[in-house]
Amino acid sequence: MKPEPYVRREMLAPQPAPLGETGILRWMKANLFSGPVNSVISIAAGLFVLYVLYRLLPWAIQPSWNATSLSQCQDDPNITGACWGVIHDRFNQLMFAFYPHELQWRPLLAFGLMFVAIAPVLFDKVPRFLLAFTAMFPLLAIWLLWGGSAWPELMVLAGFFIGYAVHKALVGPAGELTAIILGVLATLLWWIFGVSPVAEMLQGVVPLDITPVESSKFGGLMLSITIGLAGIAFSFPLGIILALGRQSDMFIIKTLSVGYIEFIRGVPLITLLFVASVLLNYFLPRGTNFDLILRVVIMVTLFAAAYMAEVIRGGLAALPKGQYEAADALGLDYWKAMRLIIMPQALKISIPGIVGTFIGLFKDTTLVSIIGLLDPIGLANSIRGTTDWNGIVWELYLFIALMFWVFTFSMSRYSMYLENKLKTTH
Amino acid sequence: MAMADQPAGKSFRLSMLLYDTRYRSITIQVIMLTLFVIGVWWLINNMYTNLAIANKAPDFGFLWNPSGYDINQHMIDYSSQSTNARAWLVGLLNTLLVAFLGCILATVLGVFIGVLRLSKNWIISRLMTVYIETFRNVPVLLWILFANSIFIDTLPQPKTFRGENATSHMLWDAFAFTNRGFYIPKPTFGEGYLPVLIVFALSIVAIFIFRKWAYKRQEATGEILPVFWIGVGLFFIPAIVTQLVMGSPIGLEYPALKGFNFKGGFHLRNSLISLWLALSLYTAAFIAEAVRAGIMAINKGQSEAAAALGLRQNRVMSLVVLPQALRVIIPPLISQYLNLTKNSSLAIAVGYMDLTGTLGGITLNQTGRALECILLLMLTYLAISLTISMVMNIYNNSVKLKER
Repeated sequence: MKPEPYVRREMLAPQPAPLGETGILRWMKANLFSGPVNSVISIAAGLFVLYVLYRLLPWAIQPSWNATSLSQCQDDPNITGACWGVIHDRFNQLMFAFYPHELQWRPLLAFGLMFVAIAPVLFDKVPRFLLAFTAMFPLLAIWLLWGGSAWPELMVLAGFFIGYAVHKALVGPAGELTAIILGVLATLLWWIFGVSPVAEMLQGVVPLDITPVESSKFGGLMLSITIGLAGIAFSFPLGIILALGRQSDMFIIKTLSVGYIEFIRGVPLITLLFVASVLLNYFLPRGTNFDLILRVVIMVTLFAAAYMAEVIRGGLAALPKGQYEAADALGLDYWKAMRLIIMPQALKISIPGIVGTFIGLFKDTTLVSIIGLLDPIGLANSIRGTTDWNGIVWELYLFIALMFWVFTFSMSRYSMYLENKLKTTH
Repeated sequence: MAMADQPAGKSFRLSMLLYDTRYRSITIQVIMLTLFVIGVWWLINNMYTNLAIANKAPDFGFLWNPSGYDINQHMIDYSSQSTNARAWLVGLLNTLLVAFLGCILATVLGVFIGVLRLSKNWIISRLMTVYIETFRNVPVLLWILFANSIFIDTLPQPKTFRGENATSHMLWDAFAFTNRGFYIPKPTFGEGYLPVLIVFALSIVAIFIFRKWAYKRQEATGEILPVFWIGVGLFFIPAIVTQLVMGSPIGLEYPALKGFNFKGGFHLRNSLISLWLALSLYTAAFIAEAVRAGIMAINKGQSEAAAALGLRQNRVMSLVVLPQALRVIIPPLISQYLNLTKNSSLAIAVGYMDLTGTLGGITLNQTGRALECILLLMLTYLAISLTISMVMNIYNNSVKLKER
């Protein structure tokens, strides 16, 4: 009988992968030690990180949270590094500056409601009816922050309904365009001439007021967020209008937009803030003296709008011409084409730039400390001027940096999320 | 169709101004222009009324009066007897100085960090990400104050350099880092320094001629010369040889401790250094992102094709990838340069006397001419910005993809 050739009848048990080809070792080999040069660099960089932590952590981890002055930290033998007591001691001031203590629930409430207001804008899973709340939020926030009678805000709100009613009543007899123009006109007239006397009268009948707080008491992170948020909310629509103006075929509109954008982009924000603080009153009728914070918000908005316009123009320019032509071919008029076809795509392209502008605006709110408002940096200077905390530097700056970092970093992460969500390519 | 058939004006009705697309744009423009003119007129009219009441007609005469204040850092002759206009010029030069230094350092750091962020080494790319996210997300004003505090609070006082058992020491006996600023050696020009400078200038011209010639030769024969190393040699050797032959006419003046302070050498004030470093480090984070985006925008096929042609790694980078990436990088780079220049106006926070510190700061406060000062300040910044963007746009056009 011929001997049967050797045939393996059963499978071999699978062997584990060689050490160094799986898990963390493989990862380290691929990403840290792929060659002699890389290994040296990795080790050097690792040592550098360890050294920084070795120097920084002992300084940062100190039992100094309850200190009430710098000298207390210096006298305590247990404390050899950072004196974090300043954050604990002045936390309230860094957040609210001189906003009355018993009224601080109001900015906190406004801050909480802010999330409710922006949620439907940020995430499309949130119920749509909340958008109505978003639209009303600016007025609500103004009322909560500054206090006083609620009637002016309510009357401003009523202006929108008046405009809508006028439009509705005239759209039949007078035609669409006339109705829109007259509606807008009615709203403006109401705001200019109607709001303050009617609000005063209604306040006399039904008082709806809470304790007013002066602008000079505003400050801290609250001020940064107020200016930043107002700037963001107003500069975005203004930027869209300016971008459309710059792309327009109409010569005068285009020239005005280009002139405005290039002028604003050519000067530093600080000069505009100087204008707000010392010059704006020259340009207004004698006796008008409106709030410094409002003036700053106006300037910051005008400033950011120019940058926003450029970002959006980039998006508009990046759209293929076919999109415009297709919109025309469908017979859409200018505004419909913009609203339904062009803008959704152009804004999607320019999301990173838009969020970048928002982040820049929020960071730029620190500049108001130069014209004497008490934002966190302005407060840091005044805290360093007190006898208790004279000479403290790093702890305060680190804390302020961290506050800003948290906000700006989450904004940039949100923009990445949005880009991913709206991505239609593979 | 119907529109084209009807000659314009034949049956013109007033409502056509609104409803006919031929006339509507004119209507809108006329309305806008009218509103604009009325608005500007209103503002200017208010201004004149207010100024008339305050008895201050716009007047630029104050520019020719003595300024009455000192500026510790001035690149041209200046004293408190000089005019306000000269203080303005000193401020302008200081702004340009810090902007120029800042742009150079920010570009170098930014390119370096942007390339390293794409490194395959995990720890390096992570470190660069941390750097970018840290610097980008914290206000630049805070960085400027931070840098200034570092120099003022952690560097030694000049007096600690004194005596036998000094606690601080100079670096190579040439550099002193104190809380009053940095002292560095200053070149001195002795007898016969001119030939050295002339030789140096000629060798730079020679480098350019040689590069051109080497390029032509490569086109003609295919032979590649070591252009870079020959260039480096041309840069250093002739000038050093002349310097030695002429008996070292160009020397260095070292700073030395005299009394309580350093004398001699250049004195770089902390305000300048902290502003410069903070602006550069901050802007470098943005430039790094632009560089990274530029390199990532280049199709991988490009470098693969170049490798397939047999080009070496560094030539792939310098001949194929970078020239293409540059086109994507330049436009954001321009706007970063502009941002840096505009951010230099924050010098006022650390007491560096730039444009905002002189014209928009002390001159404004002393003369009370807010309107004139801020107008001039804005126009000066506008001129700087427009010049930078013009120059950079010319460069951009020269590297731009030429389409048809």
